[in-house]
Amino acid sequence: MSEQGSVHTVRTSDGQLFEPGYGPKAALLTAHTRHEIDGFIARFPLGRQRSATLSALRFVQEQNDGFLTPELMDAVAEYLQLPPIQVYEVASFYSMFETHPCGRHHVSICTNISCWLNGAEELLAHAEKTLGIKVGESTPDRRIFLKKEEECLAACTGAPMMMVDHVFHEHLTPEKLDEILGELK
Amino acid sequence: MAANPQDDFVNVVIDGVAVKAKKGAMIIHATDQNGRYVPRFCYHDKLPIAANCRMCLVEVEKAPKPLPACATPVAEGMKIFTRSPNALAAQKATMEFLLINHPLDCPICDQGGECELQDLAMGFGRDVARYTESKRIVKDKNIGPLISTDMTRCIHCTRCVRFGQDIAGIQELGTIGRGEHTEIGTFVERSVDHELSGNIIDLCPVGALNSKPFRFHARAWEMTQQPLVSPHDGTGTNLYAHVLRGKVMRVVPRPNEAINETWIADRDRFSYEGIYSPDRLAAPMLRENGAWKTVDWDVALNAAAEALKASADSLGVLASPSATTEELYLLARLARGLGGTDIDHRLRMSDFRDAALDPVAPGLGLPVADIELLSALLVVGCNLRSEAPLLAHRVRKAARCGTKVSFLNPFDYDYLFPVTTRVVSPSTTLPADLLGVLVAAAEAAGTVLPAPFARAAAAVVVGPAHRDLANALASGERRAIWLGALALRHPAWADLRAVATELARITGAVLGVLAEGGNAAGAWLAGAVPHRESGGRPAVRAGRDVQAMFVQPRRAYLLFGGIEPAADFGDAAAVERARAALGQAERVVAITPYVTDELRALAHVLLPMGSFAETSGTYVSLDGTWQSVPGAAQPVGESRPGWKILRVLGNLTGQIDFEYQSSEDVLAELRARCAATAAQPLEPASGSARHIELPRTEVAVPDVPIYCVDALVRRAPALQATRAGLEPEKTL
Repeated sequence: MSEQGSVHTVRTSDGQLFEPGYGPKAALLTAHTRHEIDGFIARFPLGRQRSATLSALRFVQEQNDGFLTPELMDAVAEYLQLPPIQVYEVASFYSMFETHPCGRHHVSICTNISCWLNGAEELLAHAEKTLGIKVGESTPDRRIFLKKEEECLAACTGAPMMMVDHVFHEHLTPEKLDEILGELK
Repeated sequence: MAANPQDDFVNVVIDGVAVKAKKGAMIIHATDQNGRYVPRFCYHDKLPIAANCRMCLVEVEKAPKPLPACATPVAEGMKIFTRSPNALAAQKATMEFLLINHPLDCPICDQGGECELQDLAMGFGRDVARYTESKRIVKDKNIGPLISTDMTRCIHCTRCVRFGQDIAGIQELGTIGRGEHTEIGTFVERSVDHELSGNIIDLCPVGALNSKPFRFHARAWEMTQQPLVSPHDGTGTNLYAHVLRGKVMRVVPRPNEAINETWIADRDRFSYEGIYSPDRLAAPMLRENGAWKTVDWDVALNAAAEALKASADSLGVLASPSATTEELYLLARLARGLGGTDIDHRLRMSDFRDAALDPVAPGLGLPVADIELLSALLVVGCNLRSEAPLLAHRVRKAARCGTKVSFLNPFDYDYLFPVTTRVVSPSTTLPADLLGVLVAAAEAAGTVLPAPFARAAAAVVVGPAHRDLANALASGERRAIWLGALALRHPAWADLRAVATELARITGAVLGVLAEGGNAAGAWLAGAVPHRESGGRPAVRAGRDVQAMFVQPRRAYLLFGGIEPAADFGDAAAVERARAALGQAERVVAITPYVTDELRALAHVLLPMGSFAETSGTYVSLDGTWQSVPGAAQPVGESRPGWKILRVLGNLTGQIDFEYQSSEDVLAELRARCAATAAQPLEPASGSARHIELPRTEVAVPDVPIYCVDALVRRAPALQATRAGLEPEKTL
């Protein structure tokens, strides 16, 4: 893996070599994150590193336990050699990125029509009561982030449902919800 | 290339009129060319197409829905309706959506009266709003001292974002968030720093981005519009001053495709603030027995005339390279008429050994617009973005279209465009490295260098960097070499120019010299140099250049055009020499818009002159274009246009044929004198076979920060508050 000072290049999809920026900002990225980002740099032709931004941010958010900071976005910008604003644009556009501190596990309970008809509102009220937080807030121990009332995630057959860290949980009951949330570390 | 030029066009019908449109052009190009206006917000001639405002919807026959004119290419037989009921309904509906969140604060909005949204709402909107729900509010961002923000007014056309990406070369603003929560901003609080960023004020079709220094100062309809030419660099940028009650309230671009297109640099836009600096000299002043007192013009002019006459045999005349051509011509006539020979405007230069080889005037040797046609450009000793921001923009455009642009510079500047080869060489080694490029170019071309170059080249090791620069320059048909201010100020300027001239000869390149100041070419043509009279004629007796005038102190000096010893003379040693020489002089007459403590200590007579906006006059740009403008504003206090002051001084000192009635008279006389030489291209005389000397000691050529180039810019508070103004060393 690249270390500061040594020349590290990634072969791009058109067979050229891209040299990721690795200054003091990009040093915030772990070796693992950089390795993963390199994998996406390799999928695009030289000069199209902007295309790797979305994936890069995913790994960086994972590295940082669930949210992005301006410093980490700057790190991605430096690594991919982009103006920082282009990274901010992507991070603020996509709902899977959090640009403010929040809990490790992102929980979104669907309240769209099928889930609503099957008791999603009670489920949400139950979650808020047991966790002691409102939608949009995180538990004080930063364990759970009750991200938002999710709109339809196309799992109506399993309503009511929720998504925890990109994993679907269906046919929920208050008990099942408690069990799933309780298992989150 | 199509064999038949007819093949490049398609036939379309716009509102019932059959026209030809260029293949691949968008509908909006065709409608614009044929005088059918289609409303638009996001579309702009100079920016890439985004098609996100949907205001330009038009009806196209057989298309099921209205189509955006800016993003729909024309096709053979297309029937376009820009004002059919369907098109108008689509435009009206878009307008209604755009106005949903737009505040109704036009009465307190600076854009009011010159607002595209206002105009189009009037022309294409509904009469009555149907929307009764609450509007969204967006927090304003602080993006620096130049641009004010009222982001609630933003309609997300993204012109400002695309300007950063495509014109400036660095994206500083972006679209943050999505859907209804979209905001234009920088995300983390930071300023927008690019030297052309003020243009987003003009691009913004609503009142979201406006001029901060101008905020709440005047309404658009109260002001009159007067043409100006920028005095800050040799590009000859066209400006409009917006004037209210004789005062410049703001400066905006005057579109001119041949020079500045629709852009101006922030330096051109905001420097007007310096006109009304508190240290403007409001009335003539005379120093008597060490005390300054305000006097009448008569008294001051007579005192100045006496001083000049008494010391005519030892008079040093120094002129600002940003003065008008008329002023410089009269100044040169006055100096020579008094019997003096020592006149110069090249204040920051130090090496004048090759004066005999000087061209009639410095220049690019090609029209500004032709920069885009170059195949290769080598720039030597030039902080391009700072010296001439709009030339840098042209070069950027060229580089993005394949021109091979290379730099040989003492510092590694950020150019913001693809650079083919960049070589960083400190001032000390710059001449040797340029010689290396010459040797590499001669090797590649298989030519033998003339003896002086060959002798000097023996000491130079030609490396890959030299070969890269030579190769880059050798590509294509149209080539140019530019020498910038860092080369001009170099103590080995004569050698640099000789080597560059030979390099240009071998490679068939045009040699351009980016002389400092807004009117350097005009100063040469006016005769404001010691060895040339007006029209480039050799002086009968060559006088002292700016350095010699200080090394051999004169008894009297005449400073013209707001020269400040502390900031206008080369490096620290040159400044010290200038101060010492001025300090010991018996008489110093300063014709200046400003008075500083330093000037009070050095001068004996102070005559207040009008700034660039307060006098009629002519500027000759580096591509040889003469541009005359009338005075835009009332001179501050009792100050008078410089040419009038010089005319009276000429009369009082008994000059013959000095009875000019207007600056046009002066210009006509100078034009006649230049007629013989005007046809000559502005490029150096060739055949320099002088001895080339490489620097043996350490050389440090000072760079002048972008907002320190002249007295006017140094007094513009908003520019001084920018990052480049506050931390000049970081932006050099």
